[in-house]
Amino acid sequence: MKSNTQLLAQVTEFIGYEADLLDHKAYQEWLSLWTDSGLYIVPTDLNETDYLNTLNLALDDADMRRMRVARLENGESVSAISVGSTVRMVSRVRILEAGDDLVIARCAMTLNELRHGKLVTYPANVEYTLKPTAEGLKLEQKVVKLLHADGFLRTVSFIF
Amino acid sequence: MSQLIDMKNIGLQAADMVDVEKGRVKKELYSNPEIFEEELDLVFNNTWVFVGHESEVPEAGSFKTAYIGRQPVILSRDRKMNLHVLQNRCRHRGATVCEARKGKTKAFTCPYHGWGYGLDGSLRALPKPEEYDGVFDKSEMPLESLRAESYQGMVFATFNNDIEPLEDFLGGAKKWIDLFMKQGGGYPVKVLGEHRFNFPGNWKIQLENTTDAYHFPIVHKSFVSSLDEATADIFDFLDGEGFVEDLGNGHSVMVMIPQLVDLEADLDQPIPERFSALAQALRDEGKSENEVKKLVRAAHGTGFNLNLFPNVSCSMAFFRVLRPVSVGETEIQHVALGGDGAPDAFNHKRMRLHEHFQGPMGFGTPDDGEAWERVQKGSMAGTDGWILVNRGMSKLRTSEDGNPQGAVCSETGMRGAYQQYKKMMAAAEEK
Ligand code: FES
Ligand SMILES: [Fe+2]
Repeated sequence: MKSNTQLLAQVTEFIGYEADLLDHKAYQEWLSLWTDSGLYIVPTDLNETDYLNTLNLALDDADMRRMRVARLENGESVSAISVGSTVRMVSRVRILEAGDDLVIARCAMTLNELRHGKLVTYPANVEYTLKPTAEGLKLEQKVVKLLHADGFLRTVSFIF
Repeated sequence: MSQLIDMKNIGLQAADMVDVEKGRVKKELYSNPEIFEEELDLVFNNTWVFVGHESEVPEAGSFKTAYIGRQPVILSRDRKMNLHVLQNRCRHRGATVCEARKGKTKAFTCPYHGWGYGLDGSLRALPKPEEYDGVFDKSEMPLESLRAESYQGMVFATFNNDIEPLEDFLGGAKKWIDLFMKQGGGYPVKVLGEHRFNFPGNWKIQLENTTDAYHFPIVHKSFVSSLDEATADIFDFLDGEGFVEDLGNGHSVMVMIPQLVDLEADLDQPIPERFSALAQALRDEGKSENEVKKLVRAAHGTGFNLNLFPNVSCSMAFFRVLRPVSVGETEIQHVALGGDGAPDAFNHKRMRLHEHFQGPMGFGTPDDGEAWERVQKGSMAGTDGWILVNRGMSKLRTSEDGNPQGAVCSETGMRGAYQQYKKMMAAAEEK
């Protein structure tokens, strides 16, 4: 097992890499970061942990992730076409659990979107469940807890 | 006095902007803030407005907050299980007494000076009451209560005490609400959760959209592409046998998928591929083949959108609730529905289907939102101009219920809604 500093560096690097892929719309590479059983979750209720039993803003298994990416990439979605750029800042990375099979980490993220010339901001806590593999860390679960998850959001045509 | 005359003129002017004969409305109806203020008064404060479903306040002490136009209200259930819709405003100096979205409580206590109200709105207690001796009696100061009535669990409230009973107002829509409520799969329909989003545009743009099949294959192309072939075929309904029917009082129904109008009929249909996992999960739970078929069919949701003027739609599998915030901003809730006591597998599937299309991150809503935002922006071009809602106007027939009916992609429902709007705005004259 690695020292905490090594692990923190590895996890921080991974989270930064994922953020960079998403901001640059490298969605196919992003898909390859996932395990087959992985879940991408954006809850509506920040106190809820039983995500399957609750309505979420998004709860994507591998199929839904693939379809979400296809929708953003195939040029058929008018909102996806008109999304300008996103820039996300990630920091405050902390390891919550450092097991041999799974690493759980949490960080702060602020995503800024330029939409029709207006800046929209999404602050969030993001929880990562990462699986160490021979090819490095893989995403087993990513939960994006938007600060205003239960408020009235603008529509979203990108991936948090 | 002069202000009164002006206000009256604005209502009448707005009514004149609806050209029923030609099926068109002035674009100014989307962007004039004075008209918006009049709409709050003449439409939202003057008719039955949907505030929630009974399953959202299931037990004694349950409550949820809602809005009628700009006015905050509370829907509560008292200890005797009676429902109340109360103004969310303390009778002392006017603070809201409840800020939670929903919950369970014994009382609503005002945070400012501590007046405490019961679930029925009655003022129960207040600190240092002796200073009110000879001023007023507690019984005179309940939270103000609105007239509220329900149909099939849908609760509506109104500030207009002279309005017809809810069931008369719903009229021809009742039959469709009955059909809509069959999607619990043999269990009572229950709210499972909701999505909330807003868009920078006028509320009537959303009102129109729920009865607009014409946009579906264009705006939702990316959603349809994400479906398997059989399901995509179901959503290819513009050339089908569907229709839009004006049900009166501003209500309308748009039937997109006629084979999914009655979810309790045709139970011998084979189970579609995308529901095979659900069917297996239900069988594994020991459900009979009949019950499996009934639940699977209900899981689809209905094949129609029922638009109820002015703020709610029973839209295939969910409630769409709109709230006008300002002339150029509207808040929308997409309320997910399932069966109360239904198998988990069924309710889970319903939630996953809801997440797929609805809400701010669904595969459908963002594209709708983009189109609506463009409508609002475009409405600023030019000094004058019309919005056309005349599609299919020359090909109307009479439905079996005696209503005007047009093709599925006609704008029959929008014209019905604008006719009711015109009538309500013109009532400014009588004020
Ligand atoms: S404002 Fe509510 S108690 Fe004073
Ligand atoms: Fe749509």
